[in-house]
Amino acid sequence: MLLFAVFAIGAVTSALLTITRRNPVASAMSLVAHFFMLSGLYLTLEAQFVAAVQVLVYAGAIMVLVVFVIMLLNLGREQQLAERGNAIRVTLGTAVAGIFAVMMALAVIGRESGASALHPQAVTIGTTESIGQSLFTQYLFPFEAVSLLLLAALIGAVILAKRHVKEEA
Amino acid sequence: MIPTSIPLDYYLILSAILFVTGVIGVITRRNAIIIFMSIELMLNAVNLTMVAFSAYSGDVAGQMFVFFIMAVAAAEAAVGLAIVLALFRNRQTVYVDEVNLMKW
Repeated sequence: MLLFAVFAIGAVTSALLTITRRNPVASAMSLVAHFFMLSGLYLTLEAQFVAAVQVLVYAGAIMVLVVFVIMLLNLGREQQLAERGNAIRVTLGTAVAGIFAVMMALAVIGRESGASALHPQAVTIGTTESIGQSLFTQYLFPFEAVSLLLLAALIGAVILAKRHVKEEA
Repeated sequence: MIPTSIPLDYYLILSAILFVTGVIGVITRRNAIIIFMSIELMLNAVNLTMVAFSAYSGDVAGQMFVFFIMAVAAAEAAVGLAIVLALFRNRQTVYVDEVNLMKW
């Protein structure tokens, strides 16, 4: 319970920091902290494999990519001045999100209360062994499809980000 | 470690809060990279729901979906950031309200 509280508060705080910081690098660093907090939450759910992959893939790979792009674009201070908090946009956006939050709260409250303790098998299904077993038997086709998707994304990213020299030649 | 006696609803509520945080980020920010990071926030909120349901119902399917969502998120990150790069190269901006190419 204590661990859950610590990680939950940490996750919400770092999420709020991510969307409020003016400096994109500060946002990115808060997001890394957020991913670590989520990884801790996964551990409280006995999902060891997902927790490890969360740190490796999100905090390791994706955020490096994001920080790299921020550095590459050199989003410094003078461009940052252009981002003035447009009061109408922020109010409207928060209002829309508020409506959304109320709807989700109603959905959570409206249903009968869910399980109050982890399933006894939770420890065994979160291991790498159990995940791998399902991944290469029951979920083999999605697994292969995802590999194809990653290949397509790789090629797409290279083509999109390539500098087009002499296009009209 | 203390045996977990946290109701499932706590995880769902936390996940809803994180998702709404991501929605606010997408709606209110102008910087395309921060919008992108807010989308990651939303994806992760959903992942948390999946893992919670998986652990509380003793079914591995939720964690498989999280695995696939992570793979899709990685693909999305590569393509999304390449689009931001191409945008910056062509328009010298990453602020989405300064990009009106597709506005009629």
